[in-house]
Amino acid sequence: MANDLRGKTIRVATLARVEGEGALYIKTKGGEVVDVRLNIFEPPRFFEALLRGRDFREAPDITARICGICPIAYQMSAVHALEDALGVRVGGALRDLRRLIYCGEWMESHALHVVMLHAPDFLGYADGIQMATHYPEAVKRGLQIKKIGNEIMTLVGGREIHPVNVKVGGFYRVPTRPELDPLAVRLRWARDEALAQVRWCAGFRFPDFDEDYEIVSLRHADEYPFNEGRVVSSKGLDISAAEYDDHFVEEHVARSNALHSVLKGRGIYLVGALARYNLNFDRLSPLAQEAARSAGLGTVVRNPFKSVIVRAVEILYACDEALRLIEGYAAPENPAVEVTPRAAEGSACTEAPRGLLYHRYRLADDGAILDAKIVPPTSQNQKIMESDLRSFVAGHLDWPNKDLQWSCEQVIRNHDPCISCATHHIRLDLSEVES
Amino acid sequence: MATGAVDILVIGIGNEQRGDDAAGLLVARRLRDRGLPGVAVVEAQCDATLLIDLWAGAEKVYLVDAVVSGAPPGSLFRLDGLRQDSEETHGYRSSHGLGVKAAIELARALDRLPQHLVIYGIEGAGFAVGAAISPEAQGGVAAAVAAIVADLGGEGKRNHA
Repeated sequence: MANDLRGKTIRVATLARVEGEGALYIKTKGGEVVDVRLNIFEPPRFFEALLRGRDFREAPDITARICGICPIAYQMSAVHALEDALGVRVGGALRDLRRLIYCGEWMESHALHVVMLHAPDFLGYADGIQMATHYPEAVKRGLQIKKIGNEIMTLVGGREIHPVNVKVGGFYRVPTRPELDPLAVRLRWARDEALAQVRWCAGFRFPDFDEDYEIVSLRHADEYPFNEGRVVSSKGLDISAAEYDDHFVEEHVARSNALHSVLKGRGIYLVGALARYNLNFDRLSPLAQEAARSAGLGTVVRNPFKSVIVRAVEILYACDEALRLIEGYAAPENPAVEVTPRAAEGSACTEAPRGLLYHRYRLADDGAILDAKIVPPTSQNQKIMESDLRSFVAGHLDWPNKDLQWSCEQVIRNHDPCISCATHHIRLDLSEVES
Repeated sequence: MATGAVDILVIGIGNEQRGDDAAGLLVARRLRDRGLPGVAVVEAQCDATLLIDLWAGAEKVYLVDAVVSGAPPGSLFRLDGLRQDSEETHGYRSSHGLGVKAAIELARALDRLPQHLVIYGIEGAGFAVGAAISPEAQGGVAAAVAAIVADLGGEGKRNHA
């Protein structure tokens, strides 16, 4: 086509419908993509610095403030890393409560993304609000599921945002069975609705896009992973969280504050719902597996657009798992295990809604934090998003700029990036195409 | 967090970790301390979509939030939240996930708006993570508290400091 030889520049100042603010820059020349820069994520350096010198017991409360959407994920990675350092294992009902609260967060985060942020792309709406006018029941359903996820987080975690009940060793207070039973009633409703939601997502039309990424997630002996397991990949990685730094490295990206993660000697990789699903399908509950199959998914999904169905399946799984955990629950005698500070180092990975979240801490004798390292899932996915953008644009260079820009935003939204850690609002103007 | 059927609900929404984004929360806190009868007060550090459930059953809702519009920091705006084009007057940015404006429009699309919705916006100067609220925004907080109390007819206990 005649315009193959013209260069295009696509610059998006603020990305619609991702959490927070973002900036995207793509340059093509002579029919090729020459530069892709996605600057959407500020690493939590402020919090790593804030943690230094603080008592280890403060880590759950401090790290919960890193992300307004996933406070539990930060708390879970923090407590598991600190317990790793201090030689503490939290099992039994306390372990179950931690899985339960994570179910709540997956429901809350995934429901918001599926319904308000991602589904509009497939149904042809500019945003979830326009979509709500024509699909009010689907939106109400998603919001109600989200709300029930928030209720789990409040009941077990204390408050919906910045939960205060989680601590190293367990909790300050555990719920009683009578407190959980009304929640179970609501979860049964949510489970039915989540199943309908999977079917709804299965009916969307999906562009063809097949990517053979290296995908990374936790894998556990018998559970769909939340808090425990080995770090595995689709191309042979199989390590403990303690070995994370031997295999993953963060590279500083020129002209930005970003740090992008790569697998040493291998390159880019994907974390998140798609990665978890592909590496752990056999660990999903029978109901979730059946729903996935009925939705036309195989045990491996390679089209990132179909991540919307996968997240819907994970919402269903979370409802199912939450019910299983409540049905088996009896309040333990002690809300927490004893923890004694000592000089030590520890690390952990847990599965935030958006993917693998790594924490590492080094402690002094008295339990003061000497240093902390936090690698969020979205920073690990930045290179994948750039890779997808590169592939997508290369395959659609003949599209008008406006359509291309919109599709680029969709490509990013496939990976549910959370950029609420951005410390500033970006205010650039949209550029024009240069010829 | 749902408040049930109340006549008047004041919701202060914001993020205490992000400088002037704490403004709405501080207004709610001070109003709660005043103990105005018949007025429920909530501090909401949450995704704005939860507002729809928070205000279910409330007849009149006051929503207080930090805004960014380019006006001098600390400026106080009073907006009719039910007016469909209220965003054109003031650029409305949110640091808490789906923004307040989006939540209101969503509620409109789902027919879940309260009968009366008044928004008090306090112009913020800085929203850096970990920053304290600015003196200008604190001034805006005081002005918002006074304005809401005046709106409600000046009822309630006075602080005897």
